[in-house]
Amino acid sequence: MTEPNIPVTEDELHAYIDNELPAERRDDVEAWLITHPEDAERVRSWRAMAEALHARYDAVADEPVPARLEIERLARPQRRMLYGAIAATLAAFVIGGATGWLAHGVNAAPSSLRAFTLDALEAHRLYVVEVRHPVEVAGSERAHLQQWLSRRVGYAIKAPELDASGLKLVGGRLLPGPTAPAAFLMYESPTGERFTLYTSRAAAPTTQMRYVTRASDGALYWSDRGVGYVLSGPDDNKNRLEQVARAVYDQTEKNGG
Amino acid sequence: MNTFRDSVEAMIPALRRYARALTRDADVADDLVQDTLLRALRSERLFIGGDLRSWLYTILTNLNRNRRRSLARKPSFAPLQDAAAGASGTEAEGRDIARALATLVDDQRAVLLLVTLEGLTYREIADIQGVPIGTVMSRLARARAHMKAALDGERPALRRVK
Repeated sequence: MTEPNIPVTEDELHAYIDNELPAERRDDVEAWLITHPEDAERVRSWRAMAEALHARYDAVADEPVPARLEIERLARPQRRMLYGAIAATLAAFVIGGATGWLAHGVNAAPSSLRAFTLDALEAHRLYVVEVRHPVEVAGSERAHLQQWLSRRVGYAIKAPELDASGLKLVGGRLLPGPTAPAAFLMYESPTGERFTLYTSRAAAPTTQMRYVTRASDGALYWSDRGVGYVLSGPDDNKNRLEQVARAVYDQTEKNGG
Repeated sequence: MNTFRDSVEAMIPALRRYARALTRDADVADDLVQDTLLRALRSERLFIGGDLRSWLYTILTNLNRNRRRSLARKPSFAPLQDAAAGASGTEAEGRDIARALATLVDDQRAVLLLVTLEGLTYREIADIQGVPIGTVMSRLARARAHMKAALDGERPALRRVK
């Protein structure tokens, strides 16, 4: 065997053991490993690691499936009220502890919007983890939801259409805001990414859109003629958050606050 | 006959394995699988073909991220003992591998497990995590380097004995 003309990279070593390497390069890598014992040792240790993972965790896949994961049972509605309630209670605890941290991120905001954004982020944090009861009124009752929320917050609430961003309206709920009731709308992608829109009357003039982030939540917030808006979502893709916020902004603008 | 439901059901053992390795806690792992299944069943109409397996792993990954977020302020408890272990040598090795996994950051752990345990392709994982394939590869490289360091550092002598 001869030394391959092109040196083998570390990426290729990974691709080699994961069967991702183009077939024509496999011989080169095998030749390389013979003349490069350190790389051969690394490859050996990665394989041993994979074997150890299988040895440790394959048994889980062989266990009988616990009753609570039986598909027939899960397909029946209304099984997990209690679980949801417990999760919400736990989440409330967690949020209480996090407030101090959150305050840090919005210090730069106008003070009237600060409490507002904190409330919105807390609500986001509380409800995105909910599986069965994330909202009070489902998105399927959009007309009723809008009518109800509009009446309670005192201005027209029209749930933005975010289908173009791959988001479907899960529904909404009414929440206490810092100075007035707040409308809270939740959207979800087919893979479970959740975004929420929080809006309420706010003693703030029209402002620019601002960004605030914490460990894994991001929010864009703004106010428009006395109405505040906070759009929250996962913070790992700021462009996506911004794109969704723009879509919301473009549609709420026409409401006239 | 419901082929969608049957296909989801067939994935439960693999999802449980992945969730267990991801969280290293049997109860938390099954909660995660339960939520994944509920969401999948609820979203049946949103699933328009494509790879069901990748879709389920994507849901589980997103739910785990939500869960981590909600626990971000809670102290974490290491499980006292892992169930499911064989002979004592294997048991010790199993504990080591679990401990080494615990040293990884979430995204790296997920990549390593999806590649080595679940046998997904780099491309599928890039789609699941919503990142470019190069990011998947660098996460994988870092995960393996970390794991190796953790395993070597932990019991260099015992390794030789086996």
